[in-house]
Amino acid sequence: MRWRTVWLFVLLCLGVGAGTAFAEHTVTLLNVSYDPTRELYQDYNAAFAKHWKETTGTTVTVNQSHGGSGKQARAVIDGLEADVVTLALAYDIEAIHEKAQLLPKNWQARLPHNSAPYTSTIVFLVRQGNPKQIRDWDDLIRPGVSVITPNPKTSGGARWNYLAAWGYALKQGGDEAKAKAFIGQLFKHVPVLDSGARGSLTTFIERGIGDVLLAWEHEALLASRELGPGRFEIVAPSASILAEPPVALIDRVVDRRGTRAVAQAYLEYLYSEQGQEIAAKHYYRPRLRAVIARYAQQFPQITLFTLEELFGTWQQAHATHFKDGGIFDQIYQPGR
Amino acid sequence: MGLSGFFRRRRSVLPGFGLTLGLTLLYLSLIVLIPLSATFLKASTAGWSAFWHTVTEPRALASYRVTFGAAFIGALVNALMGLVVAWVLVRYHFPGRRMLDALVDLPFALPTAVAGITLTTLLSAHGWIGRYLEPLGIKAAFSPLGIVIALTFIGLPFVVRTVQPVLQALDPELEEGAASLGAGRWQTFRRVIAPELWPALLTGFALAFARAVGEYGSVVFISGNMPMRTEITPLLIITKLEQYDYAGATAIGVVMLVISFAMLLSINMLHWWSGKRYA
Repeated sequence: MRWRTVWLFVLLCLGVGAGTAFAEHTVTLLNVSYDPTRELYQDYNAAFAKHWKETTGTTVTVNQSHGGSGKQARAVIDGLEADVVTLALAYDIEAIHEKAQLLPKNWQARLPHNSAPYTSTIVFLVRQGNPKQIRDWDDLIRPGVSVITPNPKTSGGARWNYLAAWGYALKQGGDEAKAKAFIGQLFKHVPVLDSGARGSLTTFIERGIGDVLLAWEHEALLASRELGPGRFEIVAPSASILAEPPVALIDRVVDRRGTRAVAQAYLEYLYSEQGQEIAAKHYYRPRLRAVIARYAQQFPQITLFTLEELFGTWQQAHATHFKDGGIFDQIYQPGR
Repeated sequence: MGLSGFFRRRRSVLPGFGLTLGLTLLYLSLIVLIPLSATFLKASTAGWSAFWHTVTEPRALASYRVTFGAAFIGALVNALMGLVVAWVLVRYHFPGRRMLDALVDLPFALPTAVAGITLTTLLSAHGWIGRYLEPLGIKAAFSPLGIVIALTFIGLPFVVRTVQPVLQALDPELEEGAASLGAGRWQTFRRVIAPELWPALLTGFALAFARAVGEYGSVVFISGNMPMRTEITPLLIITKLEQYDYAGATAIGVVMLVISFAMLLSINMLHWWSGKRYA
């Protein structure tokens, strides 16, 4: 009886030891991302693991965490050990720098294209046949049109929607006051402000509420091709914003865990032809010319303006529009 | 509940008072008081004027009205209907009673987000129920009514489960006695049954209310989250966090805590007072 216990114990130790020894040859990374990238990174992680095994011989396992972009950034600030973050907007990564100094101030300049390996834009999803004849932003504020968009205070995607609408109004030769009037009008047509982009998608698709959904292009393409083929169509407005969801290395974490090399390679591989191909397959707009050409059919022609061009930095955009008492709040609380 | 008795306690014949009281205080400190004091500390980092400004914004005030108003109505509905449910479950025997009994606890077990999504699907304009309400001009989803429905749903078990054991312990002979002494039905209810039920009902109401005030998961789906109209206070806290405004978020949290504590305390006082009156 006693010997059996001892033997069991020895075996257990051996097992654990073997397990640890085995683990030394495998590296794990944690990629903290936002909601709609789930499928993209599932594919990408597998491709990167294969690539890394071929070039270095080590096995890498990438774990994923998904949630609202702001919530994910807060988790990292509060100590979630992310080797890399891939979030919806630079504002959230900037917050990780400002609140916890986990990465340097110049993080966005460390990778090409503002650290955004793929881009997207904001388009309209309408019901099949486009019964309300929605063609451009101006049609959204026609009487009787109901618009679905999440709450910019809680959703990163919704902030892109809002800025796209604002930018359109400015681009039409309007000034600040005209843009403000347009945004005010637009949100009068919004019956529900879901807390996240996926929530809005459900409201529009499952509950059948609203005539038009303002959505990420990749979400709209996914919805029209996979969720409900033949039930929805995409309308490309004449102009929209170039949404650049950035990626970044979390220096403090990779240095402590000794994963800098593989984490860096993980982000850089996003810019490679294979990485770009996977992004395009998941309806994100690639940066690489060769891949853009191959997927040209998939993405409608839209005049895209950048955030920098019209709003300066995310910090500035946030302070003017989304901060408490900012322009978005004034829509619902006039006279402040 | 035990608050008033606690202070008047002298010497107990039961041994172990010191030890158990110590454990109680330690446990409550670890689980309740330390997190709560951290909240107060964090809220105080912004300074008094910033705190006051944050918590008295029109939008914050509107959200208190929505949250506490809807929670109050929800708890009230639950107090009335929960009493009826508990009564039926205890006093009558019928096939399927145990099933019905088990059903009462479901809102406890269901993740609140699931409850919220399901209710929204049912009640929105194209949903199974919503499509019949819409022509009548009743907007059940994305309206204050929707919030009340969600909060009623999650609060149901509290009243039933607090009233049920009291009803079970209540001897029907008491009512028979009252009747034989010439009391009418209403009189029997008011003078014999109600005094016994009253404390349990109040407790159930308080629990359902407190639970509803803090509810977030189910409400965000059904409320539509329109600022000034259907925005609940917990959502306001989330929007503050989304801006990395930790001090502002905890400031609102502190206000919720203080209001909730004041309400629970006054319910306890009422409890104590009614207990004295009928004793």
